[in-house]
Amino acid sequence: MKRIDCLDAIYEDLRDCAVVTIMGAVAAELYSLGHRANFFYLEHAMGLASSVGLGIALAQPERRVVVIDGDGSVLMNMGGLTTLARYAPGNLTHIVFDNESLLSVGGFPTATSTGSDLAAIARGAGIANTGTYTTVDDVASATRSAIASNEMNNLVAKVEAIGPAGFHMDLELLENRFEFARALRAEKA
Amino acid sequence: MPVSETSSKVIYDALKATDVGVISALPETWLVHLIRMADDDPAMTLVRLAKEEEGVGVSTGAHFAGVRSAMLMQNHGFLQSINGIVSCSLLYKIPLLMLISDRGHLGEPDPWQTEGGRYTRHVLDALRIVHSELRDQDTAPHQIAEAMTLAHSSLSPVALLLTRDLMWESSR
Repeated sequence: MKRIDCLDAIYEDLRDCAVVTIMGAVAAELYSLGHRANFFYLEHAMGLASSVGLGIALAQPERRVVVIDGDGSVLMNMGGLTTLARYAPGNLTHIVFDNESLLSVGGFPTATSTGSDLAAIARGAGIANTGTYTTVDDVASATRSAIASNEMNNLVAKVEAIGPAGFHMDLELLENRFEFARALRAEKA
Repeated sequence: MPVSETSSKVIYDALKATDVGVISALPETWLVHLIRMADDDPAMTLVRLAKEEEGVGVSTGAHFAGVRSAMLMQNHGFLQSINGIVSCSLLYKIPLLMLISDRGHLGEPDPWQTEGGRYTRHVLDALRIVHSELRDQDTAPHQIAEAMTLAHSSLSPVALLLTRDLMWESSR
């Protein structure tokens, strides 16, 4: 299963959500499908995408928020899973693309390549709705149900450790940041 | 408990007066009343963190969503948060009001706090983060209001150090 195919399959479902992604391949691939003002690509601060998503979800409870995370980033902020579980905003969906690799910096294997199970960790952290998915159709249907539901969901999508040829995006960091904030405030629920 | 409940209330009321709607915190002794006040306030969203750096992300999200926030932490929590402050708040120009308990400074009896106290101001200076000390109940509310104003006009982190003189009854 390729991450780009999963992103393509859920792209339309993200239309009305505040979307926060991690840096690297995830950001570049979502951007390549078509940038939108409601997409924010956190191009550093590894681990904090889920915390940014939590802040948005708590500050705007009526807005659907989707965080698109990765195994390397989640492993850097595992405590953040316990914070997500503690507040569990029903408008938050946490997708983790697990390619068992720090792909964007050279493909170093992460601990999920040696048996660490992120869905089990999320469950252990106290997130009730979590699962691991291995087909594009399952990722897409689980994402759709998660966005539609009023409970927080964590989805771990096992994907191949391949990404785009480059990570260039014709979008300045600050341009993205100001545009995103404006989009969230303009449509403030 | 000799942590000043009166000073904590002054600080909490000043945060409310600047429209803070989200407080993220990791408890320590000096912050116990402040965190309880946030927890008891139905109009406040309190986020209890596992690690302080998460609070940088929470405040960033709240800012995007148009809600003002503050972080409550010890100086060791600030030191723990540096990467988030650099690669999120500073990189993306996010207003971030940090209230940092000033442990390990003059009067500190706990040996384990002293090393962190040695570096707090230097690290703030190295990051060019404007900081000020809250020393007494009369001036603290105005300083908090001014810090919030600067954080939003400069789109930057601003730090207020909660001193022993303000937070600890027995030091008065």
